[in-house]
Amino acid sequence: MRSKVVLGRLLRNRQARYGGIALLLLIALAYIGPYLGAYDWTDKDFLAFLSPPDADHWWGTTSIGQDMYAVTLRGMQKSIVIGLLVALFATGLAALVGAFAGYFGGWVDKLLMWGVDLLLVLPSFLIIAIISPRLRGASWLWFVVLLAAFAWMITSRVVRSMTLSLREREYVQAALYMGIPRWKIILRHIVPNLSSLLIIDATLNVSGAVIGEAALSFFGFGIQPPDVSLGTLIAEGARNATGYPWLFAFPAGLLVLLVLAINLIGDGLRDALDPGSNS
Amino acid sequence: MSILEVRDLTVTFPGGIQAVRGVSYDVAQGEVLGIVGESGSGKSVTSLAIMGLLPQNAVVSGSVKLHGQELLGMDEGELTRVRGKAISMIFQDPLSAFTPVYTIGDQIAEAVRVHQKVGKDKAAKRAVELLDLVGIPHPDVRAKAFPHEFSGGMRQRAMIAMAIANDPDLLICDEPTTALDVTIQAQVLEVLKTAQAETGAGIVMITHDLGVIAGMADRVLVMYAGRPVEQGVVDDIYYRPRMPYTMGLLASIPRVDGEQDTLVPIEGNPPSPAALPPGCPFAPRCPMHIDACDDEEPPLTQIGGGRYVACIRSREIEHKGMTGADVFPVPVIPPSDVARVPREERETVLELDNLVRHYPLMKGAVFKRRVGTVHAVDGITFDIAEGETLALVGESGCGKTTTLQQIMQLTPPQSGRVVVLGKDSSKLDKAARKALRGDLQIVFQDPMAALDPRMPVGDIIAEPLRAHGRKNVPQRVAELLTLVGLAPEHAERYPQQFSGGQRQRIGIARALALEPKLIVLDEPVSALDVSIQAGVINLLEELKNRLGLSYLFVAHDLAVVRHLADRVAVMYLGRIAEIGAVENVYDRPAHPYTQALLSAIPLPDPEMERSRKRILLEGDLPSPADPPSGCRFRTRCPKFARLSEAEKRRCVDEEPSVARLARAKDHGAACHYAEEIEVITASEHQEEQ
Repeated sequence: MRSKVVLGRLLRNRQARYGGIALLLLIALAYIGPYLGAYDWTDKDFLAFLSPPDADHWWGTTSIGQDMYAVTLRGMQKSIVIGLLVALFATGLAALVGAFAGYFGGWVDKLLMWGVDLLLVLPSFLIIAIISPRLRGASWLWFVVLLAAFAWMITSRVVRSMTLSLREREYVQAALYMGIPRWKIILRHIVPNLSSLLIIDATLNVSGAVIGEAALSFFGFGIQPPDVSLGTLIAEGARNATGYPWLFAFPAGLLVLLVLAINLIGDGLRDALDPGSNS
Repeated sequence: MSILEVRDLTVTFPGGIQAVRGVSYDVAQGEVLGIVGESGSGKSVTSLAIMGLLPQNAVVSGSVKLHGQELLGMDEGELTRVRGKAISMIFQDPLSAFTPVYTIGDQIAEAVRVHQKVGKDKAAKRAVELLDLVGIPHPDVRAKAFPHEFSGGMRQRAMIAMAIANDPDLLICDEPTTALDVTIQAQVLEVLKTAQAETGAGIVMITHDLGVIAGMADRVLVMYAGRPVEQGVVDDIYYRPRMPYTMGLLASIPRVDGEQDTLVPIEGNPPSPAALPPGCPFAPRCPMHIDACDDEEPPLTQIGGGRYVACIRSREIEHKGMTGADVFPVPVIPPSDVARVPREERETVLELDNLVRHYPLMKGAVFKRRVGTVHAVDGITFDIAEGETLALVGESGCGKTTTLQQIMQLTPPQSGRVVVLGKDSSKLDKAARKALRGDLQIVFQDPMAALDPRMPVGDIIAEPLRAHGRKNVPQRVAELLTLVGLAPEHAERYPQQFSGGQRQRIGIARALALEPKLIVLDEPVSALDVSIQAGVINLLEELKNRLGLSYLFVAHDLAVVRHLADRVAVMYLGRIAEIGAVENVYDRPAHPYTQALLSAIPLPDPEMERSRKRILLEGDLPSPADPPSGCRFRTRCPKFARLSEAEKRRCVDEEPSVARLARAKDHGAACHYAEEIEVITASEHQEEQ
């Protein structure tokens, strides 16, 4: 019943509709777009270094003659997946750990929060630096796991403290007196009531992951040249943003569009889940 | 000569929401005007508008004159001089009305110094005098206490002391006793009467409790949807109401003297101020509704001296001498089949045997050490037979809620036994406990808090069904919704789209989902308005009779209990003071606490209220961390004070246990000197005879 009602409300929500359409268009651009361009992302045009956008190279070329259009879309394929997955993992983990710690209390709480504090104290860069060499050659999905593993702790502390007040609510007690298992109470009553916070956190995590991944790539972890991502493209383009704006503007613009679309969906989802909103 | 003249007061909030639509009244010197109405009727907004305390964005028009001086539109500086000096206000929640970081004495002294040119010492002395006046023991010591060190009743007294500090001409009391227990309410009302006698002030008493108004007010103003619908002398309003709403309101309140059989609910809900119906706002709920009612809103017209009614059929009502029971359809509640079987032959659904629950009192931040024990529940014993309602009554802090939790948790108690449907809770394994939960359900007090706001109603009701693996869930949900008087289409809505009464019905539907044998009702109607409350009480009664349920009903409202319960157990500080059949306990209470409790309840009957003799209790409930030795009630017991030294010794040394009274079949009291007397209808007149 709830999923049906929420879905109905989500579809009726204008923000969510526009956001969804925008996200679909961006995905389509990333995966279908390369077939429409004249160049492959590995091609180098030795006749055009750093040429501005024109009819041949739609979005201009890089300093080694790569076609910006092809390269940017190639980068975006990775970044969309990384951004969405990291946000999903990080927020999901934060919600589960925080809610379990807050609901059960006692030693479960102590143990989980001890782990959270440990991860907060440890410099994540160091750990990624230690682990990365072993992951060289492994699937880039490991990279998503690593990024997510260091992005959830603060949110989970917030979730825990909110759960502490939620678990005293009568509807949580009512569920317990109905004979519903505790883990189900957490998933069914506590997490949905935190959804506003979680959705905002997840949308913030998307852009955080895309940018964070670039920072790691810069230090030589994660996505490595010649492969590209939106993050690496933005990082490189930023240096020459005034002289050769197309190197920066296109990847950055796409990131903004991506984050905007996800924000719209997030807002719509929040409204759909929150019966207090008027939609 | 009237002190306050309110003429055609209207308050409009942004968005064109008219919270108050044309209120006019006068208050004379020494007069008490009662304003009654349900939540959202605009009664509080009216008084805030008079005080000039509404937010900036509210548009107030009309006229408010204090001693002929216009208050509306007065600049803030002048208004500040009037507020607290000529008009004072007493708020509902005394905890939030005091600043927590200053002592009570300082805050009262401040009120004095703001309006009078007196020295600090003198103001402090005056504060102590005022605290003495409102009956606070050791006022010189207590003046140095902080608000959190006062109990609720004492804070409300201190609030009254502050309000009368400058001899105001007008006191506005906004639900002054709603947050308090009955015995404390009786004390505070008594203090208010003293305060009025002392200052000669006029009082505007705003409340939803018709009993309180009956005892206090000289004149009554009934409000509905932001407008006065009836105004008159208190006896006229109570005995000869002329507006169907007032009639319905009076017929829907349960009375502690058990004068009526079935409560008469008013169907529907009060209209939202944003979407008022055309014509009379009460028309959609009015059984006397005719087509002419929808044409225009009837004005408040005078019928006879000082009597105003806003109803086009008021002459007819007067002529035929109708009452609420004539006008409103009286619901028919089918009788119970189980009740015909004698109690001894019925199955016992719940048995509590000497149940104990103590909480440790811990101190220290790092190394916690035990410094004491809170005796929340200290050995209570009772049982409930099939098809029976047992009410557990008592003031806040007496251990009612802890008892409920002990029963609902179905875990082994600290000491004693809890037996539900023949199964001892200490011998249950996980599967048996879950199975038993299907037979034992609960309805909570606050219908908003008890329903997950993020879940559609259909899911809420389906939850217990799915958890216990029942089939045909959607069909059963529709059935349950119909059973509690809602439509099956409502399943897709969220709880907040329903009114309070409807939400409580959803809570009841959820509790009924698994076809339980015993339902625990935790103050199920105390959060609802009177007219809605009657409907829910009738529903509970009907369900009990139709489905053969048993209820454990926890309440502090003794009038509701009398109406719904078969047996009643009165709790005091974690022990049962008196237990027995409702008629026995109410008509012939034997324990001094029960007697005080019953006599403290205001009756919605002005004549009886005027002549009633009250047994007032001294002081507040002792802390359950440190209960008195022997009989727990002796520190407040009016009977104890009258006993001889030798008799008193027994109360101090020996804790009384519930003993059956010789004359009655089902009646027991925990008092060494139990003596049955009649208190509800006891009047001073009878005393003399």
